[in-house]
Amino acid sequence: MNAEMILSVSQLHQHFQINKDLTIKAVNGVSFNIRKGEVVGLVGETGSGKSTVARSIMGIYPATQGEVYFKGNKITDKKVYHQNKEDIHNNMQIIFQDSAAALNPRMTVAEIILEPIIVNKLMKDKNKIQQKLDSLLLEVGLDHTYKNKYPVEISGGQRQRVAIARCLSTSPDLIIADEPIASLDVSIQAQIITLFQKLQREHGFSFLLIAHDLSIIKFICDKVAVMLNGRIMEIGTTKEIFSHPAHPYTQSLLSAVPVPDPIYERSKVLIDYDVKSANEEAEMVELSPKHSVLNNFQSFVLQKSY
Amino acid sequence: MAEPMLQLKNLSVSFDTKNGEVEAVRDVSLTLNKGEILAIVGESGCGKTVMSQSVLKLLPKTSRIKQGRIIVDGEDITDYKEKEMRKLRGGVLSMVFQDPMTTLNPTIPIGKQITESIMKHNKISKEEAKKRGVEMLNLVGINQPEEMFALQPHFFSGGMRQRCVLAIALASNPKILFADEATTALDVTVQAKILNLLLDIRDKTGISIVFISHDLGVVAKIADRVAVMYAGKIVEIGTAADVFYDPRHPYVWGLMAALPSLTKAGACLATIPGMPPVMLNPPPGDAFAVRNKFALAIDYAEMPPMYEISPTHYAATWLLDEKSPQIKRPILLKRMDQ
Ligand SMILES: Nc1ncnc2c1ncn2[C@@H]1O[C@H](COP(=O)(O)OP(=O)(O)OP(=O)(O)O)[C@@H](O)[C@H]1O
Ligand SMILES: Nc1ncnc2c1ncn2[C@@H]1O[C@H](COP(=O)(O)OP(=O)(O)OP(=O)(O)O)[C@@H](O)[C@H]1O
Ligand SMILES: [Mg+2]
Ligand SMILES: [Mg+2]
Repeated sequence: MNAEMILSVSQLHQHFQINKDLTIKAVNGVSFNIRKGEVVGLVGETGSGKSTVARSIMGIYPATQGEVYFKGNKITDKKVYHQNKEDIHNNMQIIFQDSAAALNPRMTVAEIILEPIIVNKLMKDKNKIQQKLDSLLLEVGLDHTYKNKYPVEISGGQRQRVAIARCLSTSPDLIIADEPIASLDVSIQAQIITLFQKLQREHGFSFLLIAHDLSIIKFICDKVAVMLNGRIMEIGTTKEIFSHPAHPYTQSLLSAVPVPDPIYERSKVLIDYDVKSANEEAEMVELSPKHSVLNNFQSFVLQKSY
Repeated sequence: MAEPMLQLKNLSVSFDTKNGEVEAVRDVSLTLNKGEILAIVGESGCGKTVMSQSVLKLLPKTSRIKQGRIIVDGEDITDYKEKEMRKLRGGVLSMVFQDPMTTLNPTIPIGKQITESIMKHNKISKEEAKKRGVEMLNLVGINQPEEMFALQPHFFSGGMRQRCVLAIALASNPKILFADEATTALDVTVQAKILNLLLDIRDKTGISIVFISHDLGVVAKIADRVAVMYAGKIVEIGTAADVFYDPRHPYVWGLMAALPSLTKAGACLATIPGMPPVMLNPPPGDAFAVRNKFALAIDYAEMPPMYEISPTHYAATWLLDEKSPQIKRPILLKRMDQ
């Protein structure tokens, strides 16, 4: 396996058996790779399985089928997972969709941020730990007066930054961020995106960024995967996906991005995508080495762009 | 003739905390007409949620209405007690909260929560309520609504929960809907459908909507009028065209400049420097002054009044005073059709 490869997901399936009549097939054969320093975006319909992909990678539920490799280790294998448990805990961090709301209300900002370091016994020296805390706070743009505050005493955007600082505390190789900024307003979004870009440039972190907001994906991702009904419809470089979307669902998604322009926004025509028109049996087709699409729509004409 | 459904007159709302008084909403006046969609935008902590929850009287006991009146459909409800409010909420007034899990009970199947809420405000049988519930779920775009009816909220994804909450809020045919970040958790195609649905319902029923959002693209699509809040005050209000094409407050310029969709990929995003003020001791003048590169000396000393730019468009910045220096506004929006 390529040494540069941080994460490799292969044919991942995640089915939830609700009762004997109902099984929710949340993820249905998802494959993608993340290399060192790469920012990969995962977009798609609500309920398409994005958060489930993230949780399955983290090992929160055992995969129904398929493999996940973290730095070459097959962590969907229980034995391998336990052998590499420490590495996984320290080097793969997730920011949940509702991280900001999920911060322990009885812990101070300092305690929340340092918890992973203390629990994983990564540092022992008290002074060093305090220095680390100061530098983490600085990194996410909070000053030291926030250390002793409790989550209720700070705003939503500040809470999200505390969640990010906590996630950075172990200097992970891979950060999985599930809608890290959806609930924040534009100016704070801009601050956090700028922070992600800086971290990626300066520390070479890899990101899996789940987001609804395609303008943000376009802004910071190297690669994008578009999901629908538990499968990837299209995957490729951000440039390819945004300039030559091949799948009708991607086209409909791009047409729906709201533009802050009232006259344009009110007159624009949405491209509708009828899910029912899709074929069940389909496979990924490579349009170029940087761009693949699921061949599950009728009007598909193979057009290799090279 | 415009018929006012909601009027706020000089409304101020504060919280009493152990550190002192938090002035969350400061002297807000606005009118929402029948069939109108008014968007409220502004940075986190500027008072959007507190303002709408003060109308619904859902704020904790530590809060108090310091001054001002709240008038709903011609009736002054400022001094209404919980018993009278209960009749209004979920009936005339309805709401969708920022976090769907605060509305949904995690242990009760979605379907039951919907039918119960329908039955509370409409005299109809259980069967009819269920039928209407399934209809509402269908309307907000939940696939297999009949099957989903029996499931608890944790089986649903974030966006699906949000749609359920919207279904509950709309099921009682309210006159005013408060939608607090109601589409934030949705992907753009579902979001576009929900926005079209809201516009459609508005056209059919004449419902009035207070639409709180930080997504200016969404606001551009749905809002008739836009109010921009900063530090508990409305700093600019006008029609969508007024605020998007001809913004006058420097804070609104900053908001527009921070939009990623307007910036080329790979470039640096413009951020508004600094942080919004802590509302414990708001500064005496224009609260935005410390972050405003166009600030005048008077901004630090005295609160600017609301200046009328046109009969629909108002902004509170000293830059609009005739004695102020003329400032060339940064280039912001290029209209897409030009
Ligand atoms: N623990 C679970 N048990 C049963 N079903 C689940 C569970 N978690 C998710 N699902 C189901 O799996 C599907 C995918 O959910 P998921 O949360 O991954 O969607 P998502 O793409 O993250 O959506 P959103 O954008 O709304 O957050 C949904 O149909 C959901 O109901
Ligand atoms: N229960 C409370 N006690 C004390 N202060 C509060 C309370 N609730 C809200 N506040 C303060 O009131 C101000 C306005 O809060 P509000 O929730 O209205 O902001 P918002 O504009 O809705 O922000 P967001 O976009 O993050 O939802 C904030 O400064 C907040 O800290
Ligand atoms: Mg999700
Ligand atoms: Mg709010």
